[in-house]
Amino acid sequence: MITEHIDAQLPDAITDRHDFRGDQTIVIGAASLLPVVDLLHREGFQFLVDITAVDWPEREPRFDVVYHWLNMASQERLRVKVPVADGASVPTLALQFKTANWFEREVFDLFGISFSGHPDLRRLLMWQDFPGHPLRKDFPLDGGDAFCMEGCTAPYNNGERRG
Amino acid sequence: MSELNINDAVLTTRLDAVVNWGRKNSLWPMPFGVACCAIEFMSMMSSKYDLARFGAEAMRFSPRQSDMMLVLGTITNKMAPVLRTIYAQMAEPKWVISVGVCASSGGMYRTYATLQGIDRVIPVDVYVPGCPPRPESMIYGVMKLQEKIEKESLSMRKDHIARFYESLARQEAYEAAKGVTGQQAIREMLADAAERGAGTIF
Repeated sequence: MITEHIDAQLPDAITDRHDFRGDQTIVIGAASLLPVVDLLHREGFQFLVDITAVDWPEREPRFDVVYHWLNMASQERLRVKVPVADGASVPTLALQFKTANWFEREVFDLFGISFSGHPDLRRLLMWQDFPGHPLRKDFPLDGGDAFCMEGCTAPYNNGERRG
Repeated sequence: MSELNINDAVLTTRLDAVVNWGRKNSLWPMPFGVACCAIEFMSMMSSKYDLARFGAEAMRFSPRQSDMMLVLGTITNKMAPVLRTIYAQMAEPKWVISVGVCASSGGMYRTYATLQGIDRVIPVDVYVPGCPPRPESMIYGVMKLQEKIEKESLSMRKDHIARFYESLARQEAYEAAKGVTGQQAIREMLADAAERGAGTIF
């Protein structure tokens, strides 16, 4: 439904899509994020449920930033994925959606993805001078804590520490 | 005539023994409740189990008015400097009971986010195992602490606490010198302690 509207009004914005048992998912480039979000808002997708990210260490670009929207009137849900390279940034949604402010700070904290135009892009959960980004797959589970003993190796990278 | 009755009026004892007798029977608990162990603590304090039977019913939520801290739950690395500050603020002499596996060793949380036992950053007197421990276990912990208080010497307790203050001063100096947060300072001090083969930073 909503994906057809996006296709009609913003042709070529969607680069990939799937719809497995009704979970509408679209993949768009970072450049078309803001126009798509404007369109979604006009179409009734006004509740930004969540922003998170996925690390694909072997893929280029490395990360997916994932947005979940809910249309409160029609109860329709939409997932938007924006692939982003390590070191690149995504435009912020904090000016349109107040809730995006902390979501984006969390993603910045745990994945190290920056959001351009964010009014206050500081770490949300870890302390300000914490080294590294814990939800990256090459981050050791113990974070280098000397007192974490057995069972504390990195789940990715065959348990070896990197960097 | 009065000389004959002096044995009825005067009891000779050691200073440590009489002071410790007073201390152990008037513990003022402060709950540092951060997880589910705090729920068991509520049960321990209230009528069914009733810690008042051990002279420790005067619960205070201010560290300034209490001398027995019960650390009830998971302490994250981010919380570690807070825990140290609150311990420092407590009235002396002070004791710490580490309740539950999370506070005692990090428990199931062997991750970057969790402090692997509060005894890395503050001195602990009694550990209560369990996840969470039953109220009886916590009461047993308090009884064990009472036994410990009964036997300890006043000067040793004083030195014990002084060593902690010294480490707090070192932490503050480290923060100022390196320009880092308290969390990062504790993390680096712990890494240094591990290299020296020590388990704690105080």
